[in-house]
Amino acid sequence: MSEREVLELLRENARYSTADIARMTDLEESEVEAAIEELEAAGVVRGYQAVVDWDKLEDERVRAEVELNVRLDRETGYDDIAERLARFPQVKALRLVSGDYDFDMEVEGDSIREVSQFISEKVAPVPEITQTVTHYVMTSYKENGIELGDGEDDERLSFSP
Amino acid sequence: MTFELSDRVQTVPPSGIRRFFEIAEERDDVISLGVGEPDFATPWAARDAAITSLEQGKTSYTANRGKRDLREAIADYVADRFDLGYDPDEEIIVTAGASEAVDLAFRAFVDPGDTVAIAQPSYISYEPGVIFAGGEVLPVPTYEEDDFRLTVEGLEEAGADEADMLVLCYPNNPTGAIMPAEDLEPIAEFAREHDLMVLSDEIYAELTYDGEHTSIATFEGMRERTIVFNGFSKAHAMTGLRLGYALGPAEAIGAMNKIHQYTMLSAPTTAQYAALEALDSCENDVREMVDQYDRRRQFVLSRFREIGMDVFEAKGAFYCFPEVPEGFTAEEFAEEVLREQGVAVVPGDVFGAGGDGHLRISYATGLEDLREALARIEAFVDERA
Repeated sequence: MSEREVLELLRENARYSTADIARMTDLEESEVEAAIEELEAAGVVRGYQAVVDWDKLEDERVRAEVELNVRLDRETGYDDIAERLARFPQVKALRLVSGDYDFDMEVEGDSIREVSQFISEKVAPVPEITQTVTHYVMTSYKENGIELGDGEDDERLSFSP
Repeated sequence: MTFELSDRVQTVPPSGIRRFFEIAEERDDVISLGVGEPDFATPWAARDAAITSLEQGKTSYTANRGKRDLREAIADYVADRFDLGYDPDEEIIVTAGASEAVDLAFRAFVDPGDTVAIAQPSYISYEPGVIFAGGEVLPVPTYEEDDFRLTVEGLEEAGADEADMLVLCYPNNPTGAIMPAEDLEPIAEFAREHDLMVLSDEIYAELTYDGEHTSIATFEGMRERTIVFNGFSKAHAMTGLRLGYALGPAEAIGAMNKIHQYTMLSAPTTAQYAALEALDSCENDVREMVDQYDRRRQFVLSRFREIGMDVFEAKGAFYCFPEVPEGFTAEEFAEEVLREQGVAVVPGDVFGAGGDGHLRISYATGLEDLREALARIEAFVDERA
């Protein structure tokens, strides 16, 4: 159970120090370290990343959600297609989904041109892909459970009964 | 003309934390651990229900005692969570915050000259409430060596056997102390033996981290002499919606309703819709918030121990109650740490007998702020060591 608790805290904020997590869970620091090591070794924790509000930066960052439809044959399954697509560094997330299309792909690039070229030159020509529908992200309001934009000030009284 | 204040109003001193507000306002980098309210927003489903009720134009008064369906939901909730059985028609009243309910009870049951024993340290509004009702306050101090639990010895020493009423608040604001069933039992016996009416403020009941909350009204012979207060401010993060309730025998709730119907008329209607939804569908939100508070509690307790300040092992509410280091009064510590480090804490003295030499630290604040505030307190303590 402590492993689960550690995992929840890391998901909340991966920058919590082991000391912080130990204090919050009433575990020893060494136990927290061991739990994290185990989670990493078992491949449960695959990495740590910052949640970025790109709108706050001057540099342009273009992101798109791409719907992909594919045609399978005896030789090629979803996993084969996914493996091929996931290798592209422009692909930030790739998920097989139920519904009107097969894959949901998140793509990032420095410009609309770059993203468009990637989709038309690298993705669309994959023989099994029958259709791509690209949605450019205009504004992001929430990422990885974190709300973006200006945080509200704490308007509570500085003292209250 | 000059306004001649009533003796009752003149008797009550200004709030002990007013001076600190002014100091806090001088700086813009203050981290406040002085706030007795959740830093979470009301669960979305409850807010949405409030919005929908407004869109539908549900902006009239409700029944004086509160919407019937809300009273039914409250009856089901307290039965399920705290083993309390109350009839929604006769034994429940919905009020504008638990504070209104407490005030109604003082006005309904305290006559001039009546003595109201208050287990202290405690929420700062009970004492003025008694005085406004014309009663006299009998402080019953509790002490850290007893885990800030009320004891029969404490009641006897204070002379509470002669009192008319006893006020309890567990889990406690400001200490975070709880009263497990085995500690409440002798208090219940004392109340029965000396014919004390009991006002039991259980607004922090959901925020119990070690075991289950027990209400004193569940003991034999106590239901008929107890008014239980609860509400949506703390566990459901609805402070600004102002919604509380009282549970008690029909005759007592009827008396409180008499005052309520001439003063408040009915609790805010929008808030009642939010509360109904909160009980109906926000149990998981409450659990998540309680988990967060528990983690922060452990963090704060552990940090105070590292800093070298003795701290009481709070097991309820969202406060902890460390002792100030030697050489300070609580007030001096609170003022200096606010001026020098920009950390707002409340001196324990303002909560009455037994609170001196302590600080109330609210951990209803994000972990980043808690970490920074405790680092500043540590720097302050180290400098003075």
